[in-house]
Amino acid sequence: MNLGKQFKEGLITNNPVLVQVLGMCSTMAITTSFFNGLGMGISVLVILTLSNVIIAAIRKIIPDKIRIAMFIVVIAGFVTCVDLLIQAFVPALSESLGVFIPLIVVNCIILGRAEAFSYKNGIGASFWDGIFQGFGYTVVLLIMCVIREFLGAGTILGGLLEIGENGLSFGLGTAAGIRILPEQFPIGMLTLPVGGFLILACLIAAMQWALSKSKNKEESK
Amino acid sequence: MDTITNLLSITLGAILVNNFIFSQFLGCCPFLGVSKKVDTAVGMGIAVTFVMGLASAVCYVVDEFVLGRFGLDYMQTVAFILVIAALVQFIEMFLQKAMPSLYTALGIYLPLITTNCAVLGVVLLNVQNSYNFIESVVYGITGGLGFLLAIVLFASIRERLVFADYPKAFEGFPIALVTAGLMALAFMGFSGLKVW
Repeated sequence: MNLGKQFKEGLITNNPVLVQVLGMCSTMAITTSFFNGLGMGISVLVILTLSNVIIAAIRKIIPDKIRIAMFIVVIAGFVTCVDLLIQAFVPALSESLGVFIPLIVVNCIILGRAEAFSYKNGIGASFWDGIFQGFGYTVVLLIMCVIREFLGAGTILGGLLEIGENGLSFGLGTAAGIRILPEQFPIGMLTLPVGGFLILACLIAAMQWALSKSKNKEESK
Repeated sequence: MDTITNLLSITLGAILVNNFIFSQFLGCCPFLGVSKKVDTAVGMGIAVTFVMGLASAVCYVVDEFVLGRFGLDYMQTVAFILVIAALVQFIEMFLQKAMPSLYTALGIYLPLITTNCAVLGVVLLNVQNSYNFIESVVYGITGGLGFLLAIVLFASIRERLVFADYPKAFEGFPIALVTAGLMALAFMGFSGLKVW
């Protein structure tokens, strides 16, 4: 397996959210501040990589008929670990993501990669697949967060940085973000569910446009 | 009287104000995947409603009498997903024997209910809101009805999208998402609605 090709697949040509259209619920639900997106992205990346490795390791002894149930048990185990770790060390994240951390169990990206990739490939390739697919997911989340936060609230990097009386300060989960647009201009609707649907629609449309354009270019060569 | 008011406000909340799809983003995958035709959308909605109600009841019992009693609260996610998977499998076998026509109509969507985040979501929310048994079941069923309402409305709009004229890049998922976004906007009108 070519690492460069796998990287490009995870980030662009086979991006889990924009091309495979998996894991939409979390993508739309939690991308309201940069902090949420980063936390969710890293959690999914870690869980995806670990479960990919384990499933690739035991793929030869899993009976074909009950493989989905086995996948879910492996994934649920890792999700529980990550959930407890987040509750212990980053309680602010656990509070703002709420029920969406345990819901990573049913995030279709993880089950989808288990079924489509790690059940058929070796441990090493599955490890890198987990990293790159998780990275592709995280990048999309962050793009969504930045757009929604900037247009919807007028700030950037919410939950990480803020400019107060003492200059730039760092506050995990509590900081209000750096204000770019004055308070009366942002379109508040975009931080609500509507914004999630509309902005994801635009991102997928942009991706489809770019992919079809590059395909045309290759064909005309 | 208090109980009835309480149950009514849970019902109203689950179906309109905090609709599972339009305000909580739970169950988006089947919502977008199985909404190309109204018939299948109705079947899916009913199946999900049934599973959500049943899962709420069974998981409440498991949580209260097994996990809670033995101090295994941290196993909630694993236990719930196993209960849901087993329930779906059981329903599948039951339908295959008792109602083969409905079974064939639902086809592949039946096993997929296991990974519908609305089902696991409603169970986790029941625990988070510390609902009692009746409240859990009502929340499960009405949440499912909210899902049914949303998916049927969405499917009937989507059937007409064939005649719409939109940019080519928006074909497929993007235009469906835009439609869903506009519906979410409409459902926002219900926010603030309360039973006295």
